[in-house]
Amino acid sequence: MEKVLMKGNEAIAEAAVRAGCKCYFGYPITPQSEISAYLSKKMPLVGGTFLQAESEIAAINMVLGAASTGTRAMTSSSSPGISLKSEGISYIAASDLPCVIINVQRGGPGLGGIQPSQSDYWQATKGLGHGDFHVLVYAPASVQEMADLVIRAFDKAEEYRMPAMILADGLLGQMMEPVVFPEIRENSHDKSWAADGHKNKREHNIINSLFLQPDVLENSVKARYERYKTVEEKETVAESYLCEDADIVVCAFGASARIAKSAVAKAREKGIKAGLFRPVTLYPFPERELREASKSAKKLLSVEMSMGQMTDDLRLAINCEKPVEFFGRTGGIIPTPAEVLKKLEEMGGEW
Amino acid sequence: MNKEILLAGFGGQGILFAGKVLAYSGLEAGREISWLPSYGPEMRGGTANCSVVIGDEPVGSPLVTEPDILLVMNTPSYDKFIGAVKKGGKVFADTSMVDISSQREDIDFYGIPATGLSGENGLDGMANIILLGRALKESGLFTLEEVTAGLEKCIPAKKKNLLEKNLEALKIGMKSE
Amino acid sequence: MAVVFERPHALCDVPMHYCPGCTHGIIHRLVAEVIDEMQIEGDTIGVCPVGCSVMAYDYFNCDMIEAPHGRAPAVATGVKRSKPDSFVFTYQGDGDLAAIGTAEIVHAAARGENITVIFVNNTTYGMTGGQMAPTTLPGQVTQTSPYGRDPEREGYPIRVCEMLATMSGTALAQRVAVDTVPHIKEAKKAIRKAFENQRDKKGFSIVEVLSTCPTNWGLDPVKALERLRNDMIPYYPLGVYREGKGDGVK
Repeated sequence: MEKVLMKGNEAIAEAAVRAGCKCYFGYPITPQSEISAYLSKKMPLVGGTFLQAESEIAAINMVLGAASTGTRAMTSSSSPGISLKSEGISYIAASDLPCVIINVQRGGPGLGGIQPSQSDYWQATKGLGHGDFHVLVYAPASVQEMADLVIRAFDKAEEYRMPAMILADGLLGQMMEPVVFPEIRENSHDKSWAADGHKNKREHNIINSLFLQPDVLENSVKARYERYKTVEEKETVAESYLCEDADIVVCAFGASARIAKSAVAKAREKGIKAGLFRPVTLYPFPERELREASKSAKKLLSVEMSMGQMTDDLRLAINCEKPVEFFGRTGGIIPTPAEVLKKLEEMGGEW
Repeated sequence: MNKEILLAGFGGQGILFAGKVLAYSGLEAGREISWLPSYGPEMRGGTANCSVVIGDEPVGSPLVTEPDILLVMNTPSYDKFIGAVKKGGKVFADTSMVDISSQREDIDFYGIPATGLSGENGLDGMANIILLGRALKESGLFTLEEVTAGLEKCIPAKKKNLLEKNLEALKIGMKSE
Repeated sequence: MAVVFERPHALCDVPMHYCPGCTHGIIHRLVAEVIDEMQIEGDTIGVCPVGCSVMAYDYFNCDMIEAPHGRAPAVATGVKRSKPDSFVFTYQGDGDLAAIGTAEIVHAAARGENITVIFVNNTTYGMTGGQMAPTTLPGQVTQTSPYGRDPEREGYPIRVCEMLATMSGTALAQRVAVDTVPHIKEAKKAIRKAFENQRDKKGFSIVEVLSTCPTNWGLDPVKALERLRNDMIPYYPLGVYREGKGDGVK
């Protein structure tokens, strides 16, 4: 397989095409515009649709329409744009439709800035729209994973009939790294639910999220939560690095995990027994994996490009049995390995 | 060990391109690499910089904050980054463009009038590659063969004359004093 | 015995939730008759957003999608782009299409999106209890214009067909009414044309249907039809506002 050098955003786009994405709808926003640019070139060549929508809201609703027909569909944006899409995401989740949503995060709140950030963790994992629902959330940490996880996201979204999000950031989107695109074996999932024209061969299909009877609505939500149970049992992914004997387990996802890994390696050189735990899925959160990875730990340290949005999930996963500290930068500032190392050194001597 | 390289200058000086040449040379030579540009409004006429990490270990942070090697093509970038260079690091400055106000004793400094040399040799706009040539010679990061392979990847096959000019610029840089 | 009148196949045999005297039933029937006559039920996908017609997914026998408020043209775009050979229609009210969904309808028209839009204009938000709509007439009393709509305070009504007729992607913009038998016949012809345009890949077609809301207008059904005729048609004249897309520039 050929290794090519690509920006993370381009890798997302190429992977989507290879995963059989036939419809892409987007709206320009920094730092993810390369996704649209790439797909505007590529989609017409593979018989797919690229359409620049009039708004983020229109784009996600176009995804709703294409997904309703059983077609693999994707949209991408960055933080403020994702807020606009939240209405549509809730409808898509409530209609049990698969789709892939890319968030190449930038600093917030408000218009914020355009430099890398991870401050949409809460939004992605707890509140991507109104109502009781989840979306699968994947956090790539390299250009290779941008590609791999997009492919997985399309597959899992269809398997569980729910939206899947790639929660990336401006650093991963803009950086170039070598990437190898895997051979795709498109899993065939049942599409008998699709509203693609009944051809006079079946009853009409209805894609709907309205249930005016509370008991009917409750049952539909509960049925979805039964599926989420399976997702939580089977779909967690995480990476552990030097955690077996670690005194401090650093927890970080996405770009922060790369920085944390460098810091952990340097800490080891200085005799600090640090390890790294990296959740790859943020929903479902890899709780079992964290408990396992932090067995020997005396403390946990969350390293994030936010004000510490993941720390509560870490505490819940370990049942608050160990202290969870935090180091992060926000507003578009990328923490440096030296800063993280300093924090580890401060923590290192306390027991 | 991985080498952390920072390239900085004005938008339009080919900072990102020079970084790409390094990254593709690394790819062709089978090394671990990452390339990270600055992005945003500053791309359009302001300062541009680009982080490249090359080595034999998987790249951790792709953001270079303490470079082993700094290639610098304007004064604001020199002033901004000279203090960040690692002790014992190497700095390559286009002295046609950079006002050297402060010097450090604990680094190796190489001043190359790259923009001047590019004009004298009919290679306008290739000061970036001249500077890169000198950096490659002094750092031993890549052989001429490896960087030629990298250049070939960066330049579309149909622009063969551009490839030759880039190679010429690279060699001028390597021979510069 | 020969059957001279029956339920169109494209209309489900279920009770509808519409208020007595509401003209949604007529408009549903016209759409269904056209689908039957063109024999396209198996290839038709309807999109109904929020409003009185939000539950139309239970009334049409073709595949149906319920869309967020105002977003039906965007959803329909996604459907049509993924299944270009299907027939896609939206069925939208005035609050939906001309207020919260203004951007979506204007851009669907600008793109010449090859879909059919049935736009039901009854000058009020029916589902939520009769609030002022973008189409509410000057002087009209609603729940949120209790002193009558004053253009100085609430602005002017939007004439949707006239507005969309300025868009180069619009293949058909026609306003019809369902207050009399001749008007109903005319309305059906317009709806048929809007679906045929889709078949012939002519572009975006909108049929605005002037409709009644006896409940929220506080009128009995006959009086409601009279209001439609006497107050609405003069403000919203019937007719074809545009036929054939293109910007006239070669």
